[in-house]
Amino acid sequence: MAERKVTVMSEVGLHARPAATFVQTAAQAPFDITVAKFGVPPVNAKSILSVLALDVRQGETIVISADAEGADELLDRLAEIASAS
Amino acid sequence: MSESAAGATLRGLGVSPGLAAGPVCRMEDPSHLRGRPWTAASPAEEADTAVRALLAASLGLAALAEKAAEPEARAILEAQSLIAADPLLQEAVRENVRDGMHALDAVTAACDHHRDALLAAGGHFAERAADLADIANRAVAAALDVPMSAIPDPGHPYVLVAEDLSPADTVTLDPATVLAVITERGGPTSHTAILARARGVPAVVACRGARELRDGTPVTVDGALGEVRTGVGDAEAAEVRRREAARRSRLRASTGPGRTADGHPVKLLLNIGSAADLDAEVSAEGVGLFRTEVLFLDRRTAPDMDEQVAAYEAVFRALPGDRVVVRTLDAGTDKPLPFLGLPEETNPALGVRGLRVARARPDVLDAQLDAVAAAARATGVRPWVMAPMVTTVAEAADFARRARARGIAHVGAMVEVPAAALQASRLLAELDFLSVGTNDLSQYTCAADRQHGELADLLDPWQPALLRLVAECGAAGRRAGKPVGVCGEAAADPLLAPVLAGLGVTSLSMSGPSVPAVREALAARTLAECEEAARAALEADGPAEARARAGADRPERDPDA
Repeated sequence: MAERKVTVMSEVGLHARPAATFVQTAAQAPFDITVAKFGVPPVNAKSILSVLALDVRQGETIVISADAEGADELLDRLAEIASAS
Repeated sequence: MSESAAGATLRGLGVSPGLAAGPVCRMEDPSHLRGRPWTAASPAEEADTAVRALLAASLGLAALAEKAAEPEARAILEAQSLIAADPLLQEAVRENVRDGMHALDAVTAACDHHRDALLAAGGHFAERAADLADIANRAVAAALDVPMSAIPDPGHPYVLVAEDLSPADTVTLDPATVLAVITERGGPTSHTAILARARGVPAVVACRGARELRDGTPVTVDGALGEVRTGVGDAEAAEVRRREAARRSRLRASTGPGRTADGHPVKLLLNIGSAADLDAEVSAEGVGLFRTEVLFLDRRTAPDMDEQVAAYEAVFRALPGDRVVVRTLDAGTDKPLPFLGLPEETNPALGVRGLRVARARPDVLDAQLDAVAAAARATGVRPWVMAPMVTTVAEAADFARRARARGIAHVGAMVEVPAAALQASRLLAELDFLSVGTNDLSQYTCAADRQHGELADLLDPWQPALLRLVAECGAAGRRAGKPVGVCGEAAADPLLAPVLAGLGVTSLSMSGPSVPAVREALAARTLAECEEAARAALEADGPAEARARAGADRPERDPDA
């Protein structure tokens, strides 16, 4: 299981444009990816409705996980998107 | 004019002057899609059909996004495309099919379920609820293989007939193809009316019987009188087009500052949403209403400082004349701004809108004032700044403090709430100018929703009660020696312009195509005649009597007729 723990820096949190970019990028993966926030069960990172419902605000920390070979590169990109201000 | 045997005349409210002749093309109301007959196949096939329909909706939205001119519209449509392709929706439709639904019901129920969840979550989320209703309609249309409701594109110019037009619909309206607009609903200050006027497209709203107009029916439209005639022949249509061409060229030829016959100045200004609305063909003395929320509308995130400064600079540099009045962010009922994160309200027209948003988000107002001040420094233009929905003297004083702290010299308020009109003198003790927004002032004075077609008579700017409130502002301005403008759609009515001037209004701000006719109307009367017309209108019991008393009861004369 590979995972990345990042703090969301965008002013709008993981909503709007950052959320769309995040989900579009995750959707390219041939394997499952989840995203979780403290105290909340992980959700499908390829689902915009789920990611929006997670309601990640600026300054909150999320964990992005995938259980697959070669997931590292994509997780790095997702972490980069989530932590961009 | 002779009525042909099959001809009929439909009447509505003329909200955008001009004549047009052409074939009807209807915009379908998406609700017609629900409850269509559907022959269900096996559950596996139904599930696949439903998922394919969602993906088709997603692709359609992505294609629309690509075509959208404005970045804001593009962002909205892209996000909506992403939602249509969401795996959660696909899981939901498969589950619904397992529960015995056919493909269409499965799609509708899945979207309805998520829409309700978003509405329950409120704020940001509720904002997306309408997207899901639209996705359901699009997916069902795709499954049925029928066209989705959209501005039609029959390949020739036409008269658009619709139940009503949403702001999103109007984004795709091309004035070169749409000769005129007829809607069954809507009022004189609805989006349809404002956008049609802004684009110079003749329009008739609240038109009873428009429902019966069929595709291809040749009609003529008079957007001033609010008349739609069917059963017109080719010769009559050609004559209407000739008169419209003559009217347009006559109006284009008009230039110069606004003056009464005896030289009393009434500034003629423009209502704009961005630099793109500044039409070089229209001669005006400046901008009387710069609606800055166009920059914010449908935004998922607040525009950053650089983006705001650039947008304001673009307008300041392109100004006709030397006046520009910037209205700070006007968020509200018909203009929700998702990034503000305001909670849903049961009665948004009476809720947190206009300057009231600054109670919850003073940072947004301060940032905007910073950006206006920065654009002013960069261009050397000295903008006037006003706040929407000012209600009390304290609000006016607070706004003035914030603006002046940033070096903005001319600070004013929109008068849209009757309370503000009644306190006009006190407001002017704190401020440098007032600008009467007659659309909202009508809505609040007569307690009638701006979009309510059935109540359009109450929204008539000739209602004497409304004119009395304008008179209150005009008198306060005269006493204080400070300008009082009108920037609602009433300012675009050439028949009302002399009355407003007579009430003490010092500037009229309107969409570009309206300027020439208002200029001509002012030039036809002396200030004393304007004052007499104003007194007469104030004494009337209702709009029709006010028009008659002010000598404006006859339709605009067409010298080419």
